[in-house]
Amino acid sequence: MKLLQLSPSDLRQQLAGEGVWLRTGPFSLRVRSRLPHVAEGLTDLYGQFEVRNSRQAFADFHVELNPPSTLRRWFRPQVDFSFDGTLPFKPLPLDQAYPMLEWGLNWCVSMHAHHYLIIHAAVVEKNGLAAILPAPPGSGKSTLTAGLVLSGWRLLSDELTLIDRKTGLLHALPRPVSLKNQSIDVIRAFDPEAFINRASHDTAKGTVAHMRPPRDSVLRQHEPARPGWVIFPKWEADADTQLTPHSKALTFMFLAQNAFNYSHLGADGFRVGTALIEKTECYDFKYSKLHEAVAAFDRLAASNQTALS
Amino acid sequence: MAASENLVSRVLRQPDVTFRYSIADWDLLVRQARSAGLLARVRHVLAQHDMIEAIPAEARWHFDAAATLADKQQLAVRWEVQKIREALAELAIPVIVLKGGAYVLANSPAATGRLFNDIDILVPRDQLGPVEAALLLAGWHPTSLSDYDQRYYRRWMHEIPPLQHVQRATVIDVHHAILPDTARYHPDPDKLRSRAVAVAGLPGVYVLSPEDRILHSATHLFHDGELPHGLRDLTDLDLLLRDAAVDRDFWLRLIARAEELQLCRPLFYALRYLRYFLDTPIPDSVMASLQAFAPNRATLVLMDGIFTRVLAPMHTSCADALTPVARLAAFVRAHWLRMPVHLLIPHLFHKAFISPYLDNGTPKAA
Repeated sequence: MKLLQLSPSDLRQQLAGEGVWLRTGPFSLRVRSRLPHVAEGLTDLYGQFEVRNSRQAFADFHVELNPPSTLRRWFRPQVDFSFDGTLPFKPLPLDQAYPMLEWGLNWCVSMHAHHYLIIHAAVVEKNGLAAILPAPPGSGKSTLTAGLVLSGWRLLSDELTLIDRKTGLLHALPRPVSLKNQSIDVIRAFDPEAFINRASHDTAKGTVAHMRPPRDSVLRQHEPARPGWVIFPKWEADADTQLTPHSKALTFMFLAQNAFNYSHLGADGFRVGTALIEKTECYDFKYSKLHEAVAAFDRLAASNQTALS
Repeated sequence: MAASENLVSRVLRQPDVTFRYSIADWDLLVRQARSAGLLARVRHVLAQHDMIEAIPAEARWHFDAAATLADKQQLAVRWEVQKIREALAELAIPVIVLKGGAYVLANSPAATGRLFNDIDILVPRDQLGPVEAALLLAGWHPTSLSDYDQRYYRRWMHEIPPLQHVQRATVIDVHHAILPDTARYHPDPDKLRSRAVAVAGLPGVYVLSPEDRILHSATHLFHDGELPHGLRDLTDLDLLLRDAAVDRDFWLRLIARAEELQLCRPLFYALRYLRYFLDTPIPDSVMASLQAFAPNRATLVLMDGIFTRVLAPMHTSCADALTPVARLAAFVRAHWLRMPVHLLIPHLFHKAFISPYLDNGTPKAA
């Protein structure tokens, strides 16, 4: 059963009671919350995801978003993210409950799923090959990811690249795409049809909203992808669209430093990382216009297809 | 004794109960084992019984991922000890590695599937200054504690505030004794040092003798106020005892040593709750000979009420209405044993009413 098949009142009731069991890529969640913002966020963004009765199912992560049980609930109310009874973060203002759920879920995956090498990077796929987009915040990674997945690329993830340690394939976790500050308007202008939820203001990252993942990406969430490229995007005002080769050795170093669990995996992290680099082409990518950037990525995907045929 | 639904110790006692587990039971087992820090150890026990295949596919990665982490930590512990040794080499003092680190260095079964938070070392008290200076030079800096906590550690505790490495973020606890001076009993560290065992390949590095390792672990467990890893520490003891008891006169040696170090009471408690939680094979004669060191009946009933609760995994499914009170009681008791009343009351007052408002997000000192 899909989440959109639950009536809003059933969803609210389940969230406030036993919790809603939800599958996102390789992970299952049980989410509990009495907060209307959380129910609204899930309805808006997770409609295509599978839900079950949480009593009968195994859940990887049991999370809860509720106000702390203090007097603060009456004065500048706050929200806590609880991971099965522990609180990994300080509480945030109540208005940030939904983004806190998304950040908390990223934390759950990156702190526990050591059967993957997990890199802080977006992943999108077209014609069977995936592009990994690692980049520091502010480089326009999320904007580019949103632009690509609104233009026929498949979303694997906007934050977490999951590399299967056995197969080297990339696993999809197509949760909503996080957009910050100006990117929200850039994406609204790029595709007026794109659904972007209610923004939360004054977060640690500024104004944050989430874009609903494309339906096709969610339906194909159990389909892994072969890594094809590692591309470092950089948005620069008035820059021409430009793709230039990036050193493989430096790419490896960057990925290792930006992996959440590289050091936990010991020698295996090195093996998985180098195997990935050997299979991929590595580029720097500068852009200022999102349409041109998407066209450049499409050419890359097309050249790969010609090479294969 | 309080009976809560503690699946972890059940499975450690009798792994084949999992053959009858529903998916909901596995869900709860993973959650409890994670909160007890025992996912990797449960996996190890299941592997010993050739039962890995019996773990349902959706639950298995949790155990595998924890085992990956535990394996990595074993390597990391050896590496850190090597670094500590290098940092302290010039002082030419014996460095005794305690607890988890010692289990790794001694290749003890208690190292398997164990997760680490820090490395504990014991050094001579008159060398504390030079040791701290040498570690500082090698990159281990004091963690940011409040002034109160700093003073508290240095004046009253048997260890200096934790040191954290600036690059690797590893934490060392430097001890000069295994209990504070102010505690009711505090075993002479020289007695422990006299029987320490050298670690092969690491000159200057020692671990406690097998009996002392057990007594230290028991003492730590029953004198420490906060027990986030109570069950894990109990399973360490279980593994240490099963390993050592292969030797025929081990139990006699253990009791004799406990008497010598005045640690019979914590040993009594440890063995009592090992039987309760983990069915550790402890001869009745051993329990009988420790009976003289048991508290009076009323105290024992109270202690059972406390420790059967606080040594269970810290998970809501293992808690009952009295668990919060039991945790508070264990905390107060530990402090009661550590310091006389004229120190205890002001300290608990500070912890309860002043520290929480100095919001500096630091680990608690006590």
